[in-house]
Amino acid sequence: MKYVDEFRDRGHAEALAGAIRRTATRPWTIMEVCGGQTHSIVRFGLDALLPSNLTLVHGPGCPVCVTPIGLIDQALHLASLPRVMFCSFGDMLRVPGSRGNLFDVKAAGGDVRIVYSPLDALELARANPDREIVCFAVGFETTAPAFAMAAIQARRLGFTNFSLLAAQVLVPPAMEAILSAPGCLVQGFLAAGHVCTVMGYEEYEDLAKHYRVPIVVTGFEPIDILEGIAMLVSQLEDGRTVVENQYTRSVRREGNVVAQAAVREVFEPTLRAWRGIGDIPHSGLKLTAAYADFDATVRFRDALAQAGSVGGEDPDCQSGLVLQGLIKPPDCPAFGTRCTPENPLGAPMVSSEGACAAYYRYRRDTRPGAIS
Amino acid sequence: MADVPELKLHCPLPEKNATVQLAHGGGGRLMQHLIRDIFVRSFRNPLLAQMHDGATLPVSEGTLAFTTDSYVVRPLFFPGGDIGSLAVHGTVNDLAMCGATPLWLSAGFILEEGLEIETLQRIVDSMAQAARESGVSIVTGDTKVVDKGKGDGVFINTAGIGVVPPGVMVGPQRVVPGDAILVSGDLGSHGVAVLSVREGLSFGGGIVSDAAPLHRVVADLIANGIEIHCLRDLTRGGLASALNEIASVAGVKLSIDERTIPVHDEVQGACEVLGLDPLYVANEGRFVAFVPEAQADLAVAVMRGHAVATEAVRVGKVDGRESSIVVLKTVLGTHRILDLLSGEQLPRIC
Repeated sequence: MKYVDEFRDRGHAEALAGAIRRTATRPWTIMEVCGGQTHSIVRFGLDALLPSNLTLVHGPGCPVCVTPIGLIDQALHLASLPRVMFCSFGDMLRVPGSRGNLFDVKAAGGDVRIVYSPLDALELARANPDREIVCFAVGFETTAPAFAMAAIQARRLGFTNFSLLAAQVLVPPAMEAILSAPGCLVQGFLAAGHVCTVMGYEEYEDLAKHYRVPIVVTGFEPIDILEGIAMLVSQLEDGRTVVENQYTRSVRREGNVVAQAAVREVFEPTLRAWRGIGDIPHSGLKLTAAYADFDATVRFRDALAQAGSVGGEDPDCQSGLVLQGLIKPPDCPAFGTRCTPENPLGAPMVSSEGACAAYYRYRRDTRPGAIS
Repeated sequence: MADVPELKLHCPLPEKNATVQLAHGGGGRLMQHLIRDIFVRSFRNPLLAQMHDGATLPVSEGTLAFTTDSYVVRPLFFPGGDIGSLAVHGTVNDLAMCGATPLWLSAGFILEEGLEIETLQRIVDSMAQAARESGVSIVTGDTKVVDKGKGDGVFINTAGIGVVPPGVMVGPQRVVPGDAILVSGDLGSHGVAVLSVREGLSFGGGIVSDAAPLHRVVADLIANGIEIHCLRDLTRGGLASALNEIASVAGVKLSIDERTIPVHDEVQGACEVLGLDPLYVANEGRFVAFVPEAQADLAVAVMRGHAVATEAVRVGKVDGRESSIVVLKTVLGTHRILDLLSGEQLPRIC
């Protein structure tokens, strides 16, 4: 299949892996930022092709994983209101709040709908004028333009029954938090290709310069990731610390300026708690005052005030360390024992892009030779 | 009883815009009309025509196979099939996977109040046609009507009885190390076809469900002397789930080569966009077969002689008894576990 097969070609992959082996003379630790990249690495077994002196650690780029428990609790409460039709991407339905998840709310009679695009939620708003449509705006910069467009369109069409529960997060502040944390192991980043498709990569140039860390904007197919690693290793070996773009078929330095303008019109940066990591300044998006009518936290202020959140995480869950690249999922004592996809202690065991779920699904039998 | 019209010989088309009412399940005249005018007329066969509480069936030599399945699909009609044809093919295929010749089906309908009679007629006609094509008779049935809002239009349960020829034993416990693993065709079309109409996906157009009866392929394998160890149709959970179930029951490790698994470009494309893995997507006309290595090539050739299995192919082998896992050799030549999903496959965020 065009645009897929050529990026999964075994010969090309082996040639790139060979080049990486020849280039890497010292041990290096690299973080892939995006959960989609983590998923690809584990699904295609890319790390098995890499030399042993190269360590890949998995970053926080899984929106499902980092959405704070307080916001999930707000979602659960809104979804259980009789007049609300609560729309979410499918991934979010299994994520545990402090009391159950959206599937539990649905089973208890809540009207929870899986949508593929925020515009689908807008269509529901048009078709159901007597219902309140609340859309869970989850994701990184990649999905922000679609939510922004939905809000702009809702205002243009005069919809009064549509609102967003904004849980958007931004990548560069999270990378900065990882780099400035004590004990940071990361020496180079594979930046998230689709985030940069929207945002471009100018903002990463400051990060590279300030923290003296090489960054390669990288795609999601196996060949993309191996190419990105090859470029990164070559920078590390040469002592260069610049931003390079592997994902040229999708990413331009300035990004998608139309999409950026839509996001700026509707959202503004805000302090956001990252599940397992903590508060990061300017790392989230909230609706601007001009779009307050479409802000579910404003619209349902009274209802949410009654809800409250007990907010506790399971003390055995080490997802914060996993999300910062400080440990790998199997290093957590709860991995595969107390914590499984059926009974997740933390969000990274839930999402298909969560590092813990990826490890559980593709390689939980870690005995030598078990998977060969 | 003068007000009960006699069964007419010409086709009594349902009154336009007529809908199912609660009384259609109440045991009275309306229910009798429904049974006679819709079900008995469409499923016409001597056993059903006896209008008895149950069907009495002649038994022959061999072993009986007995199965049941319930069908809840939204939308009721999708490219390549509908809930009616699915309810016949699904149960026929469950019998086929036992090595049986499917003979008789029951049909239980749970109808939602307000369902258009015309829609019900289309579904029943489709069931009747699927039964004729599969060579089975629907010999007994039941109808219940639930309040509006308590059902999804129509739910159908079919149970099926078939006869397994003497000497044929098909089941996961017969799987042994060394067996070849065959798949009867390309994967994922059914699930993507249903999803594309359910969600109104603009790129899913042109993908048609693979729903089809599979028993003739199985009968042909048996007729050609293939010693079938295990068969499983690749419905909910797809190939990955079927392989995991078999590995677990048989206590064997299975090795699958991803490069050999047929998935058509349009299905692969839809799955890539939605974040679905075709190995977990449902099929309604595909199966996996475990046969002795020495007979694998012949089995593939026999399968390819049938329109429903022209792309049959060998995808892997049974490795040993050291663990009960499925290991996938990826397109890059690396290895990973092919696991059961913990729940439904959910489209991802980005």
